[in-house]
Amino acid sequence: MKTLLVAEYRDGKLLGTSSELINFASRLDAESAMFLVGSENQLPEYNGKLYLADIGQTGEFNPGQHKQLLLDVIAKEQPQMVVLPHSSYGWDLAPRIALALKAAQISEVVEIKDGNLVVPSCNAKLRREVQATTDISVVTLQGGAFTPTEEPGGTPEVIKVDAAVGGDIQFNGYEEAEAGGVDLSKAEIIVSAGRGIGKPENLELIENLAKALKGEYGASRPVIDAEWADQSRQVGTTGQTVTPKLYVACGISGAIQHLAGMKKSEFVLAINTDKDAPIGEVADALAVADLKQLVPVLTEKLNAL
Amino acid sequence: MKILVCIKQVPDMESRFKVNAAGNWYEETDLAWRMNEYDEYAVEQAVQLKQQVGDADLTVLCIGSDRVKETMKKALAMGCDRGFHIADDDSYLKDPFAIATLIAAYAKEQSFDLIFTGMQSQDRGSGQVGVLVAEMLGIPSLTTLVEFSYADGTVNAKRELEGGIKAKVSCATPALVTCQLGLNTPRYPTLPNIMKAKKKEMISTPVADLNPEASLLEVLQVTPPEKKGGGLILEGDPADLADQLIKLLKEKTTALA
Repeated sequence: MKTLLVAEYRDGKLLGTSSELINFASRLDAESAMFLVGSENQLPEYNGKLYLADIGQTGEFNPGQHKQLLLDVIAKEQPQMVVLPHSSYGWDLAPRIALALKAAQISEVVEIKDGNLVVPSCNAKLRREVQATTDISVVTLQGGAFTPTEEPGGTPEVIKVDAAVGGDIQFNGYEEAEAGGVDLSKAEIIVSAGRGIGKPENLELIENLAKALKGEYGASRPVIDAEWADQSRQVGTTGQTVTPKLYVACGISGAIQHLAGMKKSEFVLAINTDKDAPIGEVADALAVADLKQLVPVLTEKLNAL
Repeated sequence: MKILVCIKQVPDMESRFKVNAAGNWYEETDLAWRMNEYDEYAVEQAVQLKQQVGDADLTVLCIGSDRVKETMKKALAMGCDRGFHIADDDSYLKDPFAIATLIAAYAKEQSFDLIFTGMQSQDRGSGQVGVLVAEMLGIPSLTTLVEFSYADGTVNAKRELEGGIKAKVSCATPALVTCQLGLNTPRYPTLPNIMKAKKKEMISTPVADLNPEASLLEVLQVTPPEKKGGGLILEGDPADLADQLIKLLKEKTTALA
C-alpha cells in the first residue's frame, strides 16, 4: 500500500503534525510520499519524497489551489490513501479531495485495528470500525492519536510543484488570540467548569474551589460559548493547553478537544454525575456526584484544613 | 434571496448508548432527540441573515424518519419559513457522501444564494457533508466559522483555527458556510412562534425521488470503547466523598502540601 501524507504549514511555521502522519503510515506498514504547501526554509524531518508548493505563491489558505496541487501529485504518485491531520486545515481540504476522486473519506481516525480504521462517535462513547469501498480513500487523523515516541528524523527529497489555478476563496490574514487574561499554561492547580455547572451563577462554586486549592479556574468550551467565563479561561484545542500538577474537571464530559488540552496534567480528578463520561478515560479519580452538591462541601472542608 | 439551512436530529450526547442488534449503529429506543448543536448556530445565523436582508426565503432541510420533523419544527419556530423533509428511515446507514448527494440534488433545483450547515454532527462528527454539498454544486465553502457577515453578494467570515487563532476569509455568493459552536447565540423559540410554526409549510419527499447514490464507506462494527481502567471511581454522599477526595489529594498530589 502507498500513502500520500499531507503536512501542514501556517502563519510562517511548519506544524508538528507531519510526524503523526509518518508514524501512521509506518503503523500501516505502507510506503509514503509527502505533500506540503510551505517553505523550503522549513522542511519536515522525513526520509522520502516531498512534493513542495511554495506558500508565497500559493497563499496560506487557498483551498481551491491546494486541492488542485494535491490532485496533480495524487495523479503522479497514485496512492491508495491520502492522509491529512483532522485539523482546521485537514477537515476543510479532505472532503474537497475526496469528492474530486470520488473516494470514501474516513474522518478522525484514532486507531488501526486488524488493518481497519477506527473512528469515534457520540462524544467517544462509541467506536466505529470502517472500511472504504473505493480503491483510493482519504483519511484524517485525530490529533495526538498517532504521536510517535521519537521524531522521524531524515531529510526529504524535495520535488517542487506549482499550479496556475486561482481559488474562489479570498484569505484576508490571521487574527491572533487576544492578549491579556490568564495564562493557565503556568498554573500548577486548575479547577475547570463544564456544561454541568448548569447556570452562570454556579461558576462561583468553581472559583471558590480553585481559591481553596490556591489555583486558577478554567472552563470548557460550552461555558465559554455561553459567555459564562472569559475566553482566556478556555482549556482545549482552541483554547489553552495546560499541564498542571492537579486538574479538577467539574461537570466536564470530556470532548476530545477538551481532553487534548489537559490530558498531560499530572493528576486529574473528575467530578461528574455520569461515571461513563469520556473524562473518565484520562481521570486518575472520578467522583460520581453532582458538582453543585459536592463542590461547596469540599471547598468548606479544604478551607477548614 | 433564497437561503437553505441543513440540520440533523441527534440523540442527547449525555445519553447512555447501546449498540444496535445489527452492530452498525446505536440502539434508537430510549434516547432523547434534539437538534445537532452545531446546526442550532446554523439556523440562528440563517434567521439573522433573513432578518438583515428582509426579502428572503429560508428553507430548513432535514433527512431521516418522521421523528426528525419534531426537530424541524423547532427550526421553523426559530424563524425558518418552510421545511423540506427527506423521508428516509435508513439515513443512519448512509455515509457523508450519500447524504450530501441528497442535499445537493435538492439544492441544485432550488438555486440557493446561501446554504448553512453545522461544521459536523455530534454523533458522527465526520465534518464532511457541508463541504461535499458545496463541491457537488460547484460553489465555494467556508468552514468552521465563528464570525459571519454578509453584504452585497459577499460573505466575510472568520474561521476558527487551533490555539485561539482565526483566519479572515471571504467569498462571493452563492456559497455554503459551516458553523462552529459560539458563532452566535441561538434563540429560544417563543410560544407564539411555536404556534405559528405549526402552520408553516412542511414538504416531505421520499428519499427515492432524489436519486440516492450508494455509500462509499462500509461500517464493519460498532463497539463501546475499551475501558482503559486505572481510574479510581469514588462514590458516596457529599460529605463522605469530600473526605475521600481530600485524603486522595494528600496521598497522590502535592496540592495540599
